[in-house]
Amino acid sequence: MTTYTPTLNSMSNANGEQYLAAQDKAPEMKTRETASKAKIDREHRITIGEYTSANARIRCRNVGVFYGEKQAVQDINLDIGKHQVIALIGPSGCGKSTFLRCLNRMNDTIPDCRVTGEITMDGKPIYGEDVDVVPLRAQVGMVFQKPNPFPKSIFDNVAYGPRIHGLVTTKSDLDDVVENSLRRAGLWDEVKDRLGQPGTGLSGGQQQRLCIARTIAVNPEVILMDEPCSALDPIATAKIEQLIDELRTLYTIVIVTHSMQQAARVSQRTAYFHMGHLIEVGETAQVFTNPQHQLTEDYITGRFG
Amino acid sequence: MSNFSTQKPAAPRSHDIVMAGLGKRRNAELRFRAYGLGAIVIALVFLVLLFTSIVSKGYSAFLYTNVALDIHFDAQAIDPEGLGTPDAQANGDYDILWKTAIYGLFPEVTERQKKRALAGFIGSSAGQRLRAMVKSDPKLVGTTQRVWLPVDDAIDMLAKGNLGDAAELSDRNKDSLVWLTTLQEQNRIRKAINREFFTNGDSREPEAAGIWGAVSGSAFTLLVTIGLSLPVGIAAAIYLEEFSPRNKWTDFIEVNINNLAAVPSIVYGLLGLAVFINTFGLPRSSPLVGGLVLTLMTLPVIIIAGRSALKSVPPSVREAALGIGASPVQMVFDHVLPLAMPGMLTGAIIGTARALGESAPLLMIGMVAFIVDVPTSLTSPATVLPVQIYLWADSPERAFVERTSAAIMVLLVFLIVMNGCAVYLRKRYERRW
Repeated sequence: MTTYTPTLNSMSNANGEQYLAAQDKAPEMKTRETASKAKIDREHRITIGEYTSANARIRCRNVGVFYGEKQAVQDINLDIGKHQVIALIGPSGCGKSTFLRCLNRMNDTIPDCRVTGEITMDGKPIYGEDVDVVPLRAQVGMVFQKPNPFPKSIFDNVAYGPRIHGLVTTKSDLDDVVENSLRRAGLWDEVKDRLGQPGTGLSGGQQQRLCIARTIAVNPEVILMDEPCSALDPIATAKIEQLIDELRTLYTIVIVTHSMQQAARVSQRTAYFHMGHLIEVGETAQVFTNPQHQLTEDYITGRFG
Repeated sequence: MSNFSTQKPAAPRSHDIVMAGLGKRRNAELRFRAYGLGAIVIALVFLVLLFTSIVSKGYSAFLYTNVALDIHFDAQAIDPEGLGTPDAQANGDYDILWKTAIYGLFPEVTERQKKRALAGFIGSSAGQRLRAMVKSDPKLVGTTQRVWLPVDDAIDMLAKGNLGDAAELSDRNKDSLVWLTTLQEQNRIRKAINREFFTNGDSREPEAAGIWGAVSGSAFTLLVTIGLSLPVGIAAAIYLEEFSPRNKWTDFIEVNINNLAAVPSIVYGLLGLAVFINTFGLPRSSPLVGGLVLTLMTLPVIIIAGRSALKSVPPSVREAALGIGASPVQMVFDHVLPLAMPGMLTGAIIGTARALGESAPLLMIGMVAFIVDVPTSLTSPATVLPVQIYLWADSPERAFVERTSAAIMVLLVFLIVMNGCAVYLRKRYERRW
C-alpha cells in the first residue's frame, strides 16, 4: 500500500471523489459505470459490481461477523446464484473463510462468534430462531481446507452421512450411494478394492476427494469449499477442479481459494475480499480482465497478497 | 588481495561461531542425557531392591511344612459308643489320634512338659483335618493311614530357617529342632503348597490365616467402585466438555472438581462414615460402603482425565461431523468418543488402581476390623488387601512377616492383572484407527 506512485495516488483519489459524488446522487444504485482505465480508490469500501443475482439461492444482506469484540467481516451484501460456482478470493485474514462458514452456520461452533445481518436461503433466514442446523448443514455441505476424513474405513466415511440422516434403508442402497458418491468424486477406481481400509491411510489428494464424496453422499444443494486444494499437488488439484466443474450442473458451489488461476478456471463469478470488506464482485472474466477497484487490480496483478 | 583483507576485516563466519559454541551445546546435551539415564537407573535399582525384598521374604509363605504321621483311626476314640453314624463320628476326639501318633514316634519323651511341647509340634488344625477325612470316608475308621499334617507355625518358621542360628534358639526350640531333624531323616517332613493361604480368611493363627477374604473383599469393593465411577465419571466428563454451556456455574463446578482431586483420601473416609453409615444406615465394614467411598475419591480423577482426553481430539473431526449435519450427540458418540476412549480408559485405570491400593478411607468405615469369614455379598463385613497387609504387618507372630510380604505380592499381581486388562482394552480401541 505504501509503494504506489504519487501520480497514481492522486489520480485514483480524484476518481474516488468523483465516484462518491455520484453515489450521493443515486444511493440506490448498485452498479456503476466506470471508465475502464480509471480505478476506484483504494480507500473505498462499498462493494463494486453487481452483487445481486437474478437466480439467487442464498442472499446475504449486511452480514457482519464478530469474534468477541473484534469484527472480522463487515457489511457484506452478496447473492449466490443457482448452479453456479462463485469464487471468494482475497489476501489471508480478509474474512472470506469466516464469511463462508456463516453460510452453513459452522461459526456456531466457535464460542464468542456472533453473526449480524441477514442470510436467507430460498427466502428463509438461516439464522432464524426456529432454524435447526442439522437439516441446514445436510442441505449446505462443506469441504474443509485440510482433508479431514473420519478415522474410520473409506466406506464408513462416505456412508456416515446417509446413515445418520436416514437417506437409505437397505444395505444395497447404501452400497449404491457410496459407490455413486465415490465415482462422482473420481475416487472409485482407486479405492474400490479397499473400501474397508482406513480413510486416513489415503494420500492427501485422495483424502480430499473422499471428503468431497462424503459431502455429496448426503445430496446437498449447496457445497461450500474452503481452499479445498491448498494442500494438494497440481494433479490432484486438476482432478478436483474438474470435479467442481461437473458438480456445478447439480449444485451451487462457493469456493474460497488463494489461487487466482483456480478461481479463473472454475468459477463463473468472483468476489474479492479485503480486510473484512467485500470490495468487488462480478463475472469472473470481467473481474480478472477488467477489475474496477484499485485493490482488486493490485491483488490479481500480484502487487500484494 | 591481502591488502584488501587487512583494510577491511572480514566479519566472522557464522559457521565459525557455531563451531565455537558447539562443544558447550554437546556437553549440555550429554549432561542432560546422563541425568535422565541416572534417574532411570536409580529408580530401577530401588524397584529391584523392593521386589527382591518382598519376594525373598514372601515366597516362603506360599509353601508350608507338613509332617507325615501314621494315624491309627481308632474306633474307640472316634466313636466310643460304636453307633457308626456320621453324627457320632463327628463328635469323636480326633486330637488323641495325632497325639498318639507323634508320641509313638518319640517314645523317649516322657516328661510332662516336653510331651506338651511335642504335641505343640503339630498345627492346631490337625484334629479338624482328621475329622474331615473320616466324614468324607467313614471306612477309614479302624485303619492306619499315613497322613500329611501341617506343623505348628513356629515349627514351620524353624524348618524354613527363619528363627536364626541353632545356637540362638530357646531350649524349647532346640528340642523342636532335634525332633525336626529326626523326622527329616525318616523322610517325614516335606514342604507343600500352602492351600490355606489362598482359600482362608484372616485368622489369629498364622497357619490358618489366608488372603482369600481380603481378595474377595477387594474384588467386591472394586466392583462397586468401577460400576459407579466409570459410567458416572465418563458421562460427567462428556457433558462438561461437550454439552454444558460455558458460564460461571460450570466454571465453579470445574474448579471444585479439580479441588476434589486433591482432597486427602481419609477425608472421604470421614464423609463416608458420616453420610453412608450414619445418615443412610448402610452396613459398617461392607464393600458397598467401601466402594461408594472409593467412588467419590476416584470420580474427580476420571472426570479430569476424561475431559483432557476429549479436549485432545482434533477439532477437524468435530467439524467434519458437524459439516455433514451430524447432531452434537452423533458427533460425540460416533467420532469424538472413540478417539478419546483410550485416554479416558487410562484415566479410569489410574483412578481405579489408586482405589485398589487405598487403605486410609476404609479405616474410617470399619473395614479394618478383624474379619474371619470370607465375604459373600456386597453387604457382608469384609476387609481389603491393603488393610489386610496393614493388619498382618502389625501382628507379633514371626509367621505373619512372610504372610505380609506374600499379601503384598498378591496385591501387586492384582494390580498387574488390572493394568494388563487396561492395556489390552486400550490397544483394542486404538486398533480401530
